[in-house]
Amino acid sequence: MATTRILEGLGRLYIGLLLAFLYLPIIIMALMSFNVSPFYQLPFEWTTEWYASLWQNDQLIAATWNSLEIAILTTIISVVLGSAASLALFRYEFLGKKVLQALLFPPIAIPWLITGTAMLIFFFGVGIGRGLFAILLGHVALALPYVIVVVSARLQTFAPELEEAARSLGANQWQVTVRVTLPWIMPGVIAGGLFAFAVSFDQFVVSYFLSTPGQTTLPVEIYAAIRKGFTPEINAVSTIIIVVSMALMLLTARFFKFGGEK
Amino acid sequence: MAGVQVSDVSRSFGAHKALDDVSIDFADGGFYALLGPSGSGKTTLLRQIAGFDFPDSGRISIGGESVERVPVEKRRIGMVFQNYALFPNMSVADNVAFGLSVRGEAKAVIATEVQRALDLVQLGKLGGRRPHQLSGGQRQRVALARAIVTKPRVLLLDEPLGALDKALRVDMQIELKRIQREIGITTIFVTHDQEEALTMSDRIGILRDGRLVQEGPPEEIYDRPRSEFAATFLGDANIFRGDTTGNGIRLQDGTAIAAGAGATLAAGAKASCAVRPERIRIGTDAGAVDSDANMLKGQVSKRIFAGNNSTYFVERAGQTLKVIVQNTGADRLAEGQDVVLRWSPESTVLIAAT
Repeated sequence: MATTRILEGLGRLYIGLLLAFLYLPIIIMALMSFNVSPFYQLPFEWTTEWYASLWQNDQLIAATWNSLEIAILTTIISVVLGSAASLALFRYEFLGKKVLQALLFPPIAIPWLITGTAMLIFFFGVGIGRGLFAILLGHVALALPYVIVVVSARLQTFAPELEEAARSLGANQWQVTVRVTLPWIMPGVIAGGLFAFAVSFDQFVVSYFLSTPGQTTLPVEIYAAIRKGFTPEINAVSTIIIVVSMALMLLTARFFKFGGEK
Repeated sequence: MAGVQVSDVSRSFGAHKALDDVSIDFADGGFYALLGPSGSGKTTLLRQIAGFDFPDSGRISIGGESVERVPVEKRRIGMVFQNYALFPNMSVADNVAFGLSVRGEAKAVIATEVQRALDLVQLGKLGGRRPHQLSGGQRQRVALARAIVTKPRVLLLDEPLGALDKALRVDMQIELKRIQREIGITTIFVTHDQEEALTMSDRIGILRDGRLVQEGPPEEIYDRPRSEFAATFLGDANIFRGDTTGNGIRLQDGTAIAAGAGATLAAGAKASCAVRPERIRIGTDAGAVDSDANMLKGQVSKRIFAGNNSTYFVERAGQTLKVIVQNTGADRLAEGQDVVLRWSPESTVLIAAT
């Protein structure tokens, strides 16, 4: 049918425009990180010079390692705490459960700027102060609600009879959790972990508030570098971050698809 | 293997009394059906016996051992769930192996026992499949194999055939009965399907509103129901209400109905009589018959032909009576025809009014 074909064409055009809107700026930035001219001048000339000089930039490298370390620790801690919390909310009825459940999610909607300010004031008040430890605490707090949302969503599809069946066969609580419940929620746990990693690794606002000049994360370091004067090294490091973040998000999408598996 | 004793068990959820002072003795090796409408407490009772939930009061023992405060994982029971509850992340063989594996049995022992259990349910070749690759009937068999491989003391089945279609259900009834006989395990089986309860079990317990209404062999409950509820819930029954005369009742219009079975009641009390539809003879002649037969006149309002039998609905003094007649080739009665109903007092059960 001609109409169908026109609609199909329009659909494709729409998707194409949408993807261009999403990815064009990123692609241009990535291309410029391989361009000889530091001032975006054309014609395009291929170089990996900026990546090489990035490698010499000790501050950026140190900040990258900090970011990775914090992101990995944030992921592990928030996944363990968040999954345990989701299981508790799923399995047990306890006093204040509804309140707790309701209070877990608003932090997602609170602007990071406000969360960051609050954390800075609080950490100073209790003597933690600023630094990498403070950043880690902040990131875990930011990531936890995401993990709980994702793992709880997965648990909604879990049949409680499976735990009952396992118990009727003589399994204790630990065996039930490890051999029946965890395998089922694993896609949710992994997706939650990827969210946690992304929230931490891409985090600027809260990190900015909680970092000290020597101890900082990559996004904060990039911001500082841009203020000093823009260099194509920033394009290079940004491209690396984009590649890593996108890979993570694609993985997340893949695991969410697994979430629909029977 | 072991018998199960339930003594004076009560369980409430908030203001709702799910079980009200229930006592049943399940003998070793028997096949029991707990029958009742939804909300009657049959599943609650099964969960008390399994150990998923503990009674507020009363005692439960398995094989003479008091278990009412023992959690399910320590009770050594086998349970089959309504929706099978197979572990989706495991193969069929791993599902069946689960109970032995958490117990820490040796791999070789597990492999042998799992194969034996799968052979018993005739799925010997499907150990490598995943649950979602199986049909409903096959899943049911896996669930059964998984429940019995650990050699439990008692097998509990929660509406195990409810999710299957009619033909498969009949097959599984026979199969389940065969396996139960083969291993001789005490089996308690929750169902709301009266036919299933009648055909499969050695004894039936009928529950209503958390109370045990009647308990006994299927024939006894069917032939000698002790309440209107038991009479109408297990099978069909025509119920007549009136005042007792000692050996029957007198209806409001003065007609006497003689009862040769059921309760012994003092004359004058309110009572009812129950008659099964297939015990009533239906005819057109008002001629002489044996004098002790109960007799009523009525008019056929409807006839439903079902091949091997016909059901007649007969209107009589504002009441619709049901009569089932085997297809013997005799003339069928037309709707609107005046008829005479006769049945013997032995087919009439006297029931005290509740």
